[in-house]
Amino acid sequence: MITELEMGKGESELELGLGLSLGGGTAAKIAGKSGGGAWGERGRLLTAKDFPSVGSKRAADSPSHAGSSPPRSSSQVVGWPPIGSHRMNSLVNNQATKSAREEEEAGKKKVNDDHQPKDVTKKVNGKVQLGFIKVNMDGVAIGRKVDLNAHSSYENLAQTLEDMFFRTNPGTIGLTGQFTKPLRLLDGSSEFVLTYEDKEGDWMLVGDVPWRMFITSVKRLRVMKTSEANGLAARHQEPKERQRNQPA
Amino acid sequence: MALRLPSKVLKHILSFIDSNEDRNSVSLVCKSWFETERKTRKRVFVGNCYAVTPAAVARRFPEMRSLTLKGKPHFADYNLVPDGWGGYACPWIEAMAAKSPSLEEIRLKRMVVTDECLERIAASFKDFKVLVLTSCEGFSTDGIAAIASTCRNLRVLELRECIVEDLGGDWLSYFPETSTSLVSLDFSCLDSEVKISDLERLVSRSPNLKSLKLNPAVTLDGLVSILRRAPQLTELGTGSFAAELKPEAFTKLSKAFSNCKQLQSLSGLWDVLPEYLPALYSVCPGLTSLNLSYATVRMPDLVELLRRCSKLQKLWVMDLIEDKGLEAVASYCKELRELRVFPSEPDLDATNIPVTEQGLVYVSKGCRKLESVLYFCVQFTNAALITIARKRPNLKCFRLCVIEPFAPDYKTNEPLDKGFKAIAEGCKDLRRLSVSGLLSDKAFKYIGKHAKKVRMLSIAFAGDSDLMLHHLLSGCQSLKKLEIRDCPFGDTALLENAAKLETMRSLWMSSCFVSFGACKLLSQKMPRLNVEVIDEHPPKTRPESSPVERIYIYRTVAGPRMDTPEFVWTLHKNPEIGVSKLAIK
Repeated sequence: MITELEMGKGESELELGLGLSLGGGTAAKIAGKSGGGAWGERGRLLTAKDFPSVGSKRAADSPSHAGSSPPRSSSQVVGWPPIGSHRMNSLVNNQATKSAREEEEAGKKKVNDDHQPKDVTKKVNGKVQLGFIKVNMDGVAIGRKVDLNAHSSYENLAQTLEDMFFRTNPGTIGLTGQFTKPLRLLDGSSEFVLTYEDKEGDWMLVGDVPWRMFITSVKRLRVMKTSEANGLAARHQEPKERQRNQPA
Repeated sequence: MALRLPSKVLKHILSFIDSNEDRNSVSLVCKSWFETERKTRKRVFVGNCYAVTPAAVARRFPEMRSLTLKGKPHFADYNLVPDGWGGYACPWIEAMAAKSPSLEEIRLKRMVVTDECLERIAASFKDFKVLVLTSCEGFSTDGIAAIASTCRNLRVLELRECIVEDLGGDWLSYFPETSTSLVSLDFSCLDSEVKISDLERLVSRSPNLKSLKLNPAVTLDGLVSILRRAPQLTELGTGSFAAELKPEAFTKLSKAFSNCKQLQSLSGLWDVLPEYLPALYSVCPGLTSLNLSYATVRMPDLVELLRRCSKLQKLWVMDLIEDKGLEAVASYCKELRELRVFPSEPDLDATNIPVTEQGLVYVSKGCRKLESVLYFCVQFTNAALITIARKRPNLKCFRLCVIEPFAPDYKTNEPLDKGFKAIAEGCKDLRRLSVSGLLSDKAFKYIGKHAKKVRMLSIAFAGDSDLMLHHLLSGCQSLKKLEIRDCPFGDTALLENAAKLETMRSLWMSSCFVSFGACKLLSQKMPRLNVEVIDEHPPKTRPESSPVERIYIYRTVAGPRMDTPEFVWTLHKNPEIGVSKLAIK
């Protein structure tokens, strides 16, 4: 049963930004008992208070580095990965100095971008980054990752996502538990649509551009409620519109 | 006529038995053995400070010289236990001060310790020798100063990963001016600078000093000067290892290290610049323990260092070591018993993959004595787990943290069930297990069935249903501590296996589906368990089916505790919320 208080908290925490998994510590698999809303706030959202040595390091996503994550002081789930706070503080401090260094190197590497292979794999600082990108779904706190290089088409990708978030095997519960029929994320006939954020930071509906072009420009995916997908281009400019969230 | 062992003889026999597990068994044989045992036990271990009252412990063990206490549940390390939950050391110190003034050693883990508490320790135990505080909080450097100045026979003072209100480095000057009996000093978790001259003088007048762990504020120059005065050290935690790269600095450092011929354990190395690592080469061949987990050094430099460490038994390192580095470890460090690989990026979004499952496979194949693993990586495969289990059946502790929640075997897309089955079946002496990645109920069926010696089990983001919990609680014969977060189950399995909980030290579940009603029912059914519902944001009304944020259940003979904060609900504290007639499906 969802009380008003829970619902209110859950809603405001779902607000905070595209792609951020919120309401930390949430059991992502909801057995359909009380719906998504009740789980909006299990555990605490990490705040700067949890990282006492971090000042205002809550960096906004910087689009500078495709694939390489910007230094963020708050991870998306409370207490995950399970690293003690002393160690976490030390890592966060390292991130700050490292990102400064990396941005210098990024400047040098941009020149070579044209020679990069067409798929999403890049080599940054000697480490191979696979074609994994984050996928978040409205109402589910824990994000997932998909390997774009393992897919050949939009249909392929949609199938994987449907399996991932709405597993249809009997005896198992998908991440939201309630839906057991295929979603048809691409044809606009279901409750959800698939959207993506491109390199310029704009959110678009998936499926409009050729696949090869898509995988070079996609930064991350979001399974969004159809009701919210209206006026997609304007969304990231007016976060206040999203106050009217419905519980999942 | 039964033969009775004269208590004198029994006493003599017991003087050879140190292990508390054995002593606990001895005390169960009969009343006279219980009596003899309790009167001879010197080292007392209490795994949960709320399981028993301090007075009862003091009463039972009149010859107690060493007390070890643990407070908060393990997940407190990851911010899952709200501040103010409990775990106060004071009542224990008070009781011991009154009843066991001969206490010499106190070791506390995850407890709240105040300055008053520390002052009480200093004032009450005349022959106090050992204070070890691990992951504790609530005190300041003033309390430490009190210990330093008053405990004239202090041998060990270790602050491990504590949260200390640091009022400055003065505390160091409070040690007695004449020679000290210090054997071990660890202040690595303190922030502020200590005066190098104070430290130098302390080291010079501590001829027995064997273990010294400095804080990051101590510079390289300071380190050199300390090492010159304490070449007998066997354990060293350096301070910050970064400084201007002057050739003289390097030479001095090198020389200082080469004089430390007995050094076996090295840690610290914060901000270590790779250019300074060669200064350590001289001590590498003798090292048995090396903690590089704060050293952001790249693989080639790490390998250069590690290939010289042929006696290494314990290695803590960051994932910057990469698979290749671990391959080198597998070939050079044949004595390795414990490996921990920590993530270098705390961000869940990181797609860089410096280590993969392959790194751990290398080490499992090459290091035959490997028995303890903590490994963070982004994803894993069943095949790797199966290989690891096959190669290393002697594993005692296996903690795999696949950082990506629900990550399947990335080659086959299957859950990691088969892999963990192999671990549970193959590693018959496994005592501690942490699982991660995509896991179905099947995985837990295997674990329940085969992991007969597992005492501590940690689970996150796993399982499909209540069956998972049921498999674990109805299997896992030796289970003592179970901690679970973000798994989709609760009531049924919990209530059906309630009796199991009395055989365990504790059960922690957070962000699961345990309902308030089940908590109340469990509370009522099991009076020898303390059932704590820990909810920071409780709803205004509490319907029976509403899920709780966290539940912490532990067996106790101390009854309900009286020091719960507002956000902890217990049946005892809130009896007005009776247990209604529930229909538990």
